[in-house]
Amino acid sequence: MHKIALIIKREYFIRVKKKSFLLTTIGVPLFIIGFYAIIIAISMDSFGGGDDKNKIAVIDEAQLFIGKIESSNPNIVYSIIKNETESNYIKKYKKAGFDAFLFIPNDSITKTKSKYNLHSNTSMNLPLMSSIEETINEAIKKKTLIANGINPEAFQKMIHPVELENTVDTETGQKKSFADIAYGVSFACGILIYMMMLIYGTQVMRGVTEEKTNRIAEVMVSSVKPFQMMMGKIIGIGAVGLTQFAVWIFLMFLMQMAIPLVFPDMMHQINNASTANSENISMASNIMQGLSSLHLGKILFSFLFYFLGGYLTYASIFAAIGSVVSEDQQEAQQLVFPVMMPIILGFVIMTKAVNEPNSSLAVFGSIFPLTSPIVMMGRIAYDIPNWQIAVSMLCLVCSFLFFTWIAGKIYRTGILLYGKKPSWKEMIKWAVKKS
Amino acid sequence: MDFLSLHHLKKYFADQKAVDDISFNIKSGSIFGLLGPNGAGKTTLIRMITGIFYPDHGHIDFNGQPFNPMIDSTKIGYMPEERGLYKKMKIGEQALYLAQLKGMSKSDAMASIKKWFVKFEMESWWNKKVEDLSKGMSQKLQFVITVLHNPQLIILDEPFSGLDPVNANLIKEEIFTLAKNGATIIFSTHRMEQVEEICDHIVLVNKGKKILDGTVHQVKQDFKENIYKLGANVIAEQLMTGLFEVVKYEPNQLLLKLPEYTTTNEVLNYFINHNVQIKSFNEVLPSLNDIFIKIVEDTTATRKFESIQ
Repeated sequence: MHKIALIIKREYFIRVKKKSFLLTTIGVPLFIIGFYAIIIAISMDSFGGGDDKNKIAVIDEAQLFIGKIESSNPNIVYSIIKNETESNYIKKYKKAGFDAFLFIPNDSITKTKSKYNLHSNTSMNLPLMSSIEETINEAIKKKTLIANGINPEAFQKMIHPVELENTVDTETGQKKSFADIAYGVSFACGILIYMMMLIYGTQVMRGVTEEKTNRIAEVMVSSVKPFQMMMGKIIGIGAVGLTQFAVWIFLMFLMQMAIPLVFPDMMHQINNASTANSENISMASNIMQGLSSLHLGKILFSFLFYFLGGYLTYASIFAAIGSVVSEDQQEAQQLVFPVMMPIILGFVIMTKAVNEPNSSLAVFGSIFPLTSPIVMMGRIAYDIPNWQIAVSMLCLVCSFLFFTWIAGKIYRTGILLYGKKPSWKEMIKWAVKKS
Repeated sequence: MDFLSLHHLKKYFADQKAVDDISFNIKSGSIFGLLGPNGAGKTTLIRMITGIFYPDHGHIDFNGQPFNPMIDSTKIGYMPEERGLYKKMKIGEQALYLAQLKGMSKSDAMASIKKWFVKFEMESWWNKKVEDLSKGMSQKLQFVITVLHNPQLIILDEPFSGLDPVNANLIKEEIFTLAKNGATIIFSTHRMEQVEEICDHIVLVNKGKKILDGTVHQVKQDFKENIYKLGANVIAEQLMTGLFEVVKYEPNQLLLKLPEYTTTNEVLNYFINHNVQIKSFNEVLPSLNDIFIKIVEDTTATRKFESIQ
């Protein structure tokens, strides 16, 4: 036990002390967050500023607007120009201080489909265009309704939109279902597990191959058992993965607290926007409600469990592969391929399972131990029967024990064997051979 | 007293009998030479002694007790032929790590590392990495790491390869000192002149079997061919006799092979009677190198792969 602790310590610190670890653990999330912060800052600026008003001149031949145009976008100011023709005014609108000039021809109501021309000196951006379009469409609709003897306000009430909400009935009572939030969380967890298993699994493999080709393995096995060596490496690297998680979660909290400090404007604007627009407020509260409705504790626990279970299972297989190959990376590729298959399969099933968490494929994938870490994380945010979780976890633990035992036997023989890469048949022979 | 006794060890691999019924004893505090051509089964034998492999058959007694790899591996220092260290790890940390894996406490390990690093003038290496060392330097480091934990049994596989004569001598002296202080040393090499110089007792294995076992002196006696060197000016006619056979003739020197019924005194009498001035007369013992080549060639050196049921 003392020796395995020494090995874990070495494997852990040699990686954590590396510059590349610091870079990926702290650099990558900082980079992503910084990237988003810049995007948010830029977009805030373009929407929020009051100095960038677009003045638009309108010649309204069709009499769509009666005297004045209500702007839905605070950045657009319309002015109706009278007693001018299109061809004449094109030359004048710039001098008159307008950014753009819109001409609405006479036949606009009778036509089913019309194209208007917005003249401008610089090209107009898309949100601006669509907001102008919306204003015109709304006016045409109103005008048409009146022409057909329908009260526009009455019509607005008729087409009042309906929102559908799903309520899940359980023994303990009713609760709201937040399918979209469950979807997002599930998908994120599934991808994270998938990536972690691949990244740290291959790290184990490379570490083992390095020990073998450096010939340190022979020095090591004269003082510790090969199994201790293998487990020490697997646990040490797994601990590196957990450390990375911990740092990421910590950074997320830090960012949440830091963003209002760094961008006080942004929070202010979000607050303003939400008081102005009740839809935003309900969406934000929906997300908060949705997140709190997910059992975050349960998700976090399952995430750790499935990460560890999946990682330990695959890491031992990767260690066994690392022990039989030599420097030749191509050899490793050949052996890794069949191991990657169930991981990729798991990923594919997961993308289906987040849409249909209770399909038979999803249930199978979340119980079969080689895919369960990924697939179950794709389902866990939905309310799924507890027995399935229990069976899945049990299967995973059994498979971890089984694969570690098999891999340990292959590792023991492979690590001291040089020369030709053994065939699968030989490896199976080592695996079943009694010690 | 025997420190290590091997009893009928066997280890078969899928396609060859790597070690096929080998037994021998190694005396406490002796320097023991384990010889054999490439692929003779030496490495497999050593791996069984270090506890890396379990023998298929037979058993090992370690210091009078049945060998228990879990406990006894901390009393063994093994320097494999293929040197192995973590290339990217700092030398000091690496030595400390490997010593601790051999069961030393951190403070004991530090003290021992310090002692050896001073002795081999390696103090400035502490923060260097193995990849920065030359081949000879890493060889020295590997030797130090092998003996750091004061092992009772030290197994050295080709310890001098890649070392310049000065450093080779340094390590040779250390080997003698360690043996004098009670450690038992197994020395595996192809370099026979080193074996003659260093070893007390040798075993020669080939094709998985032991084919020679004895002290260096005894082995040489066993393989002597009654050849004597005579330093004298002899003219060709004086050699026409049935008393001996001339192996080699040079103006000042003769190599004579004596048949079993001839004694050395008879030969000397013969030359004295012929009025030959004898400057020197001594027996020529075969070198271990000659013996090695002779035996190995007899048993056809390269082993073939054979299938084993």
